[in-house]
Amino acid sequence: MAQATFEEISASDFFYRNRDIAGLTNPSRSIFVAIREVVENSLDAAESQKIPPNIYVRLSFESEATKATQIYKLHVADNGSGIPPKFIPSAFGQVLYGSKYKLKQARGTFGLGGKMAVLYGQITTHQPVFVTSSTGQEKIYSFKLMIDIQRNRPIILDRKVLINKDRWQGTIIEFTLEGDYLRAMPKIIEYFKQTAMVNPYANITFVDPKGRLYKFVRATTVMPDPPKETMPHPYGVDVELLQRLIQITEFNNMSSFLRGHFHRVGEITAQKFLDFAGISPKKNPKKLAHEEIVRLMQNLKKFKEFLPPDANCLSPLGEELLKAGVVKELNPEYLVVHQRKPSTYAGHPFIVEMAMAYGGNVPKSGTFVIYRFANKIPLLYDEASDVSYRVISAMNWRRYKVHPEMPIAIVVHICSTKVPYKTVGKEFISDRPEIRREVANALREVARQIQHFLARQEHVHMEKKRLGIFNKFLPKIAEFSTILARQERKPNIEKLLKSVQKYGSEER
Amino acid sequence: MAQKKDKVAERKNAVVSCLKQFGTEIYNQLDQGVFPTINMPSRSTENITYDPALRQYILGERVVTRSARNIRHIRPFTQLAWAAMFGNELTTQRKTSTLRDVYYSAQAYEMTFNDQQESNNIITDLETLTGFAREDFHIFPEERSAIFGDLDIGYTVPGYEGKSLNLTSHPDGVLIGPALTTSDFLGTKADKVIAIEKGALFTRFIEENVHNKHKSLLISCGGQAPRQTRSFIRRLHDELELPVYILTDGDPWGMHIAQVIISGSANAAHLRELNTPDAVWSGVWASDIVEYKLPTDPLDEVDIKRLYELQRDPRYQNDPLWQREIKLFLKIKRKAEQEAFSRYGLTYIVDEYLPTKLEGAKGKK
Repeated sequence: MAQATFEEISASDFFYRNRDIAGLTNPSRSIFVAIREVVENSLDAAESQKIPPNIYVRLSFESEATKATQIYKLHVADNGSGIPPKFIPSAFGQVLYGSKYKLKQARGTFGLGGKMAVLYGQITTHQPVFVTSSTGQEKIYSFKLMIDIQRNRPIILDRKVLINKDRWQGTIIEFTLEGDYLRAMPKIIEYFKQTAMVNPYANITFVDPKGRLYKFVRATTVMPDPPKETMPHPYGVDVELLQRLIQITEFNNMSSFLRGHFHRVGEITAQKFLDFAGISPKKNPKKLAHEEIVRLMQNLKKFKEFLPPDANCLSPLGEELLKAGVVKELNPEYLVVHQRKPSTYAGHPFIVEMAMAYGGNVPKSGTFVIYRFANKIPLLYDEASDVSYRVISAMNWRRYKVHPEMPIAIVVHICSTKVPYKTVGKEFISDRPEIRREVANALREVARQIQHFLARQEHVHMEKKRLGIFNKFLPKIAEFSTILARQERKPNIEKLLKSVQKYGSEER
Repeated sequence: MAQKKDKVAERKNAVVSCLKQFGTEIYNQLDQGVFPTINMPSRSTENITYDPALRQYILGERVVTRSARNIRHIRPFTQLAWAAMFGNELTTQRKTSTLRDVYYSAQAYEMTFNDQQESNNIITDLETLTGFAREDFHIFPEERSAIFGDLDIGYTVPGYEGKSLNLTSHPDGVLIGPALTTSDFLGTKADKVIAIEKGALFTRFIEENVHNKHKSLLISCGGQAPRQTRSFIRRLHDELELPVYILTDGDPWGMHIAQVIISGSANAAHLRELNTPDAVWSGVWASDIVEYKLPTDPLDEVDIKRLYELQRDPRYQNDPLWQREIKLFLKIKRKAEQEAFSRYGLTYIVDEYLPTKLEGAKGKK
């Protein structure tokens, strides 16, 4: 009888074997995901210091790989915060390493995307990644790295230090990967276009393998406040997180532990909760048994008196920037934007922002054009599974005298410390009742305003038509009556034509 | 005859001055900076009543106002003004036109009508407003009927002024069209008018010399008599003082063809002198069917339904003849065509039936 063998696998190895969950499913999707992940890291790096981002992306053809795929070199340069040299190898050469475990709104979720892209490049082309970065100090650091997949460790192949004469700040990353650009192209271009819409303060340049230049110029240099880091809210806690906090905590009693590691828990709240959970305030958290930790987690979720999470850890676009972005990319005839007040689901704060654009460059497609964004990332796949799509479909549009044949685009932006994606691939947002409600309320608000606009437009149209009728027929009546009355001179009808313009709208 | 001749010219002058007055009213209102309005009798069914004294349908007191101020009125208002101008042009230049022609002529003034019905309605508006029939504005429908008999007419249409014609000149009869209806009556030896529903019997009558034997002017109605034919019959009756006899099929439809010549239709309630109240329906009656043992067909459902409608119709109330014959039709449930007399030979209807009926009518008077 064969004995079952168990082996421990590293995080890199795990993702290497299961790269599907990160969205790297096929050669066209993979190249799209790789570009997106790296660009998002660059945007985050610039935004964290409130620097209007300049992102330069170049994808160049290297060689043929298979019949359907090619090897490309991806080069992305930004003017973001830069990475201190000691972190560079890990930041790009170690999966699940990164700054995104603390709670604040950021584009990436798992600190995974950028490294997955690099990992994907390495396993398809066996080539190293080049990273050059500076935080704007005296020196620029340049690394040539590979990932040791089994051990999840970076291997430094080369390291250079350059003098930073111009005090350049930013990061340049370059690696090769296999993919199918031609098939991925429409999504990639759409991705840049939508990214430009939701980041109106960014300059984005993309040079594709055929040498075509796509340039998206910023419409403003105003930027949203960068999100603040925050502690986890008790409602959003799981056993894993509790155990980790207990490991690192410096507090030796439960009361301080709760106050020191959780969002919106003060002395009184901690006291009340510990009474509720039947735990002594003096108990040392490190002495909690596993069952006690599980019970603590359950009670944290049951306790009704925690204050809702504060939303200042979120960085929504704001109505003005959303407006600027939509105007920049769609140039609509009419635009309404609306930002909902912060709300929470399962202990995670979130804000819904919505725009509705009419006419201009909005295509008339027979259905509403929906642009979905989460933490400023365009979501381009699986539209029909997304909560926004469902809310939009379920809406009684007739009430608002809006119908899908109109040239209407709906922009939904959901930002949260934890966007409830259904998949690691970040393609659609799951249908949580709290989020559904906020999306629906925002939609109703913009729909109401569009309805007013349409009514006004209809009125103007009717008025024009009405004046047109008078302008057409009054001169004819004058002409015919002049002939009938055998007069030489036509009657003067200017006064009448003026009077319909002035008072016309009252007459029905 | 000079007096008669004036009648045509007089009517033309009346038409032209009426149109001028209409135009002047609009012109003056416009010139004073006022939105022009017009009032005319309403043609809605509630406003149509039967006048037993006039023996025709008339419009009641209700008046509709059309204002150029009103966005829904201005289009028909303009169309009406155009129609008046067009009618004025036709009348003064002595041209004729048809309803179809009107529809197309409007397009020359960028006044396109949506359809024929819309342009017809505007012409009816013009009739209602002025009280003149469209024929007075030289607008004629397409349908034509014919006349034959010893009547001299003098043309007034351009190119034919001074020319005259005797209406026995052509054995198929002469079309009752614009040239004939606008002509003057110069003289006749006839002492009666016989209006016949069908062309076939009209031709038979000519062949059998009825116009001489009975000194009559023969008219083929061609089914329901067109308006210009009805007004022409009226002129023959009024100007030549000839009695009018009507011969139709022996069924409710024939009966009503006679009735419309006598009492007019509700559709023309806004007009006068389209009917001839003194005209007489001479047959074929239901009682003729019984008396002459004519070959018959059974009445079908629509015939019977129509008879009940006619029974309630106010036009069928003043002369007991109508009610008597309706009752008899309903009793025998049979109908007969004019041609049914042919069972007694081709000339029987002329030699036997007609004289008897004419005598009977005279006696009744």
